[in-house]
Amino acid sequence: MAQTPVQGRGLVAPVTGLNGCGHSGYQGADEMNVLNEWAFVGLFAVMAPVFPALPIVIAWLFRPRKPNVLKSSTYECGVETIGDTWVQFRVQYYIYGLIFLVFDVEMVFLFPWAVAYNEMSLFGFVAGFLFIFLLTDALFYAWKKNALDWK
Amino acid sequence: MEELCTGLCSVLTESGAELGLAYFLSLLVGVLLVSGVPLLTVILLIWIERKVAARIQDRIGPNRVGPVGLLQTIADMIKLLSKEDITPTAADRVLYNAAPLVSFASVVLLWAVIPFTPFHYGVDLEIGALYFVAIASFGTLAIMAAGWASNNKYALLGAFRVVALLVSYEVPLVFALLAPVMLAGSMSLVDIVNAQSGMWFVVLSPLAFVIFYISSQAETGRAPFDLIEAESELVAGFNIEYSGMKFGMFFAAEFLHVFTNGIIMAILFFGGWMGPLYYESPLIAFAWLGAKGGLIYFTTLWLRNTVPRLRIDQIMAFNWKFLVPLSIANLILISLALKVMQELGIAPRDMLSASFGDLLPATAILLVINGAMILYLLGILRKRGREARRESHEARAGYPQTASVAGR
Repeated sequence: MAQTPVQGRGLVAPVTGLNGCGHSGYQGADEMNVLNEWAFVGLFAVMAPVFPALPIVIAWLFRPRKPNVLKSSTYECGVETIGDTWVQFRVQYYIYGLIFLVFDVEMVFLFPWAVAYNEMSLFGFVAGFLFIFLLTDALFYAWKKNALDWK
Repeated sequence: MEELCTGLCSVLTESGAELGLAYFLSLLVGVLLVSGVPLLTVILLIWIERKVAARIQDRIGPNRVGPVGLLQTIADMIKLLSKEDITPTAADRVLYNAAPLVSFASVVLLWAVIPFTPFHYGVDLEIGALYFVAIASFGTLAIMAAGWASNNKYALLGAFRVVALLVSYEVPLVFALLAPVMLAGSMSLVDIVNAQSGMWFVVLSPLAFVIFYISSQAETGRAPFDLIEAESELVAGFNIEYSGMKFGMFFAAEFLHVFTNGIIMAILFFGGWMGPLYYESPLIAFAWLGAKGGLIYFTTLWLRNTVPRLRIDQIMAFNWKFLVPLSIANLILISLALKVMQELGIAPRDMLSASFGDLLPATAILLVINGAMILYLLGILRKRGREARRESHEARAGYPQTASVAGR
């Protein structure tokens, strides 16, 4: 139950590196700041589903409950559903998914490249280009193989 | 732990609260304050959206409940609260109930990193831009879950299409997002805004903004990319089995997502809170951000109500054969031009300290490059459009019956 001193924290913070709150800017975030930020995001992530859940729960208290077999059946414009819904689906979706995966992983590597861009040497810059080129290559391969055509 | 405790937290500990509790409470107050903004605006947004749509369609729109229909949303909420909530017997109950929560939560979570003013934001993450991309894709997950859990063929078909669409348009979106990150040299949204004190990034890389704008329109499932609610083809799409408040949550999430994207674009490309007198008061800074975001939001509504829906094959072809190569080419050209200019000493290496004058030569060169690219692209599009029109004319002349179904 330690009492924390309030006075001078803002002034002391840049010196001691105990920047408890706010943005550390170009000096780079220290460990405590990062912890604080992610504690906030964590709590936000816990709270975020509560906001939509609240009206749904309130509605659950007030709403009428008159279910019957017909009402709870699958709605397909009045026609009875035939066969299983959860079946295999067309392969085109997988192909788009695969191409997306290639680019999504590429993106994760390109973000650090973009952040370091201004201080980057020519070598790092060209290496980034090579990386983009290799994956663009994959896109054109898929294109030429007609994998991008919706059939 | 003690080091984390500042601001409200330290006030609470001073007045005798336990450290852990005080810390939790101060975080909670922060979360509630930040999330309060989107939760309050969404009520207004629904009214704005309906009013704008009505005006564009030469109607009056909601005008009965309250002054100029302002309370219409409240009335609708009360109506939704009293609606029976039907869960189909065939549905996967857990996923079915979780999907609307995830859908709405993913949009609200975006607001954690949005800087309202230079000093007022939920949190300024070092990886703010990446956080935006990561959280936004949770919405895709919610749609897939909703479509799958409904155990309805229309819902599943709708979900497949929408997920293919959302996943595809995320690629150009992130490539376009790389441009401001690259220019600012940081992923933190606060840094990105600060780096625009000399020049807005929309001037430095207009093409990146256009790509970002188009793909975020697709990400929110708005026309011309509104497969998400292709009423005439899939009854309602992924949310066909939803009713009452759960449907309302999907609805609200979509409306809020559109506005959130407007705000994000204002931050990334239009200098966020920057504007005359923004340093005088946080309220002025906040008003600037709201005005810019609101204006972009209005143009998305305008677009939505003006253009017709595209077919899925057209949408996918437009993305993979046009937008993705374009976004890659744009990234390469911008980065190459800027690097050359930095090596020659024309462009500054640090955007934060660069003034308007420092950036003028670089801006002029980048604008010329972007303009040349846009003209070239318009040429390609014109040529392709002509070819397509000629083909459809020939097809219609020969086979009048099949012309309209060709390509489905």
